[in-house]
Amino acid sequence: MSESVPKGTTVETAPAPPGAEAGGADAPGHRFMPDRLDGGALRFAKSWEALLLVVAIAVFAINSVASPYFLDPWNLSDATFNFTEKAMIAFAMAMLIVAGEIDLSVAAIIALASTAMGYAAELGAGVPALVLVGIGTGLLCGAFNGLLVTRLGLPSIVATIGTMSLFRGIAYIVLGDGAYSSYPDGFAWFGQGYAVWVITVELVLFTIAAVVFAQVLHRTSFGRAVYAIGNNPTAALFSGVRVARVKFVLFLLTGLMSGIAAVCLTSRLGSTRPSIGFGWELEIVTMVVLGGVSILGGSGTIPGVVIAAFTLGMVTFGFGLLNVPGIVMSIFTGLLLIVVIALPRLVAMGAVRRARRRAAAAAPLADPATDPSGRPTPARG
Amino acid sequence: MIRAVAAAARSRDALLLLALVALLALIHTRAPGFAAPANLLRVLDDTSILIMLALGQTLVILTRCIDLSTAANLALVGMVTAMLNASFPGVPIALLAVLAVALGAALGAVNGLLVWKLDIPPIVVTLGTLTIYRGLIFPLSDGAWVNSHEMSASFKALPRAELLGLPTLAWCALLTTAAVAVFLSRTPTGRAMYAVGGNPDAAVYTGIDPGRTRFVAFTVAGAISGLCGCLWVARYAVAYVDVAAGFELDVIAACVIGGVSIAGGVATVAGAVMGALFLGTIKNALPVVDVSPFWQLAISGTAIIVAVALNARSERRPGRIILRRAEASS
Repeated sequence: MSESVPKGTTVETAPAPPGAEAGGADAPGHRFMPDRLDGGALRFAKSWEALLLVVAIAVFAINSVASPYFLDPWNLSDATFNFTEKAMIAFAMAMLIVAGEIDLSVAAIIALASTAMGYAAELGAGVPALVLVGIGTGLLCGAFNGLLVTRLGLPSIVATIGTMSLFRGIAYIVLGDGAYSSYPDGFAWFGQGYAVWVITVELVLFTIAAVVFAQVLHRTSFGRAVYAIGNNPTAALFSGVRVARVKFVLFLLTGLMSGIAAVCLTSRLGSTRPSIGFGWELEIVTMVVLGGVSILGGSGTIPGVVIAAFTLGMVTFGFGLLNVPGIVMSIFTGLLLIVVIALPRLVAMGAVRRARRRAAAAAPLADPATDPSGRPTPARG
Repeated sequence: MIRAVAAAARSRDALLLLALVALLALIHTRAPGFAAPANLLRVLDDTSILIMLALGQTLVILTRCIDLSTAANLALVGMVTAMLNASFPGVPIALLAVLAVALGAALGAVNGLLVWKLDIPPIVVTLGTLTIYRGLIFPLSDGAWVNSHEMSASFKALPRAELLGLPTLAWCALLTTAAVAVFLSRTPTGRAMYAVGGNPDAAVYTGIDPGRTRFVAFTVAGAISGLCGCLWVARYAVAYVDVAAGFELDVIAACVIGGVSIAGGVATVAGAVMGALFLGTIKNALPVVDVSPFWQLAISGTAIIVAVALNARSERRPGRIILRRAEASS
């Protein structure tokens, strides 16, 4: 709705009258058509990721001033546990949400996979077998979700609310109020080990997952298909994208990442209760949405999710150092989610309103009765 | 078309009633006392809060939204009323209940305003307010519990007080059911909810403001949550941060089992009530038929999946017929 030609773009056709751009179809043939988008740096400066990065840096700066213990490398290393496991699932969830679906059963998959691993450990399984059991359970659960959504055509939000109860329910049936806590010694490596110096094994896994998911979503035809499905599944189908298959693979990936997260979390805690990871699904969705992924599908990036994961992790850790209880942190998380999403909308609404006012002031002769929508009318066009 | 959809919804209600009766019959074979009228009344009493919340959620889902903050709203309002009662035992209980409804409506209105004025997707809004509302309980109460001995006797008696043989709690559920049924079938705003959920663009052209309608749905759902908060805390005689944690998903499950379409525009009051009763019956019957209560979660999960699968099949059928006709004419 902006009246002037945006900076940093060139106009290919004859200079369009300012009104034509705002008015839309009034002046065919004189459509505003930038032949390239803003330059890379400028585009980044305007992006969601940049806004989020500013928030992340602010959180980091405030934390380092507020607590003398924040900048200690070992403390920071510990802090990464706040987000590594959740973020690994968040990458897969981000792709799923970009494709217009959602999986609310991820935390329940963790519970079921962890229970399966505990059961296997009880039977005397070794470390490699435990990892296989955890990941295998995750894949099976993901495949079940995928079948429900792609074969039976169920809306994913309800189907996965159902499987959420089912998966965690099975964990409760197996364990009741008991717990598995006899894991072999080597198993602790995943959740408690260090790769080098303060870099934890989980942080390495997180980094690998981030790079792989970013490559897949942003550099492969599969990734482009995910965006196409999210924007218009019907159009994607008619342009040759195997929509059902892509969606099934995405559910499978989410199950896989939940399985890996279950291995890490179980290894870190050293025990399994059926309530393990309770409520994580909503924290993971918060992370993804905060990372700039539209909940309506079709847009979002993995780097955004990475920054959101860091931001949330640092907020949790900083508040923890200041002895703020976890439940109070959740107020901040909730506010952050709503404010960060509301702010750009408020700014955009303000810009539209200002443009209307300016247009009204520039064209006082325009008959208001002929333009009840209050759109900027072409005054000179 | 509309008549066909209504008929489908009615037959779905009949199917659900059949399932409910079959469930009771199954329980009867293992625990003959369960289906006795007096016990069924007890089940109704125990399920009352779920019924009320499911009705509120039905309004919201009907307009193509979702409210994940119902349980957090309930817990926050419950804590506020419990603390008020503990500090000022003299305040009349009726006034407390009215305050609870008003506070709940205000919390619901916040959701509604964010959805209406800022056009933020409802799932994001209520995900945020879910954590905020529940988080607020902690600084409010300093993490402390409000225990039974701090509450006044009349407050604790509120949900149990019997009128014509039914406890107040069950009366609340019945009155809410009647009110929502009248609201949805006899008021313009209620009809507008079906229109907004069925086709928001078409609703605009008939002069309905979808945003405003959604705002009303969220506010009414919030008011119901507030009332439930007051009743919950009085019934269990305890208020703490984690009251009803995760209950929002039970509520959505009840709606889904009751045939409320998550895509909006399809819902019946009877369906939502029976969906809640279905879950409530399972919860109450498990200990009686000697099944570990740990089975409850998995059973309700299976019930949700089966219900959604059945609903999806009955909703898909009209589309196929249209396609066949189009093929025949071409």
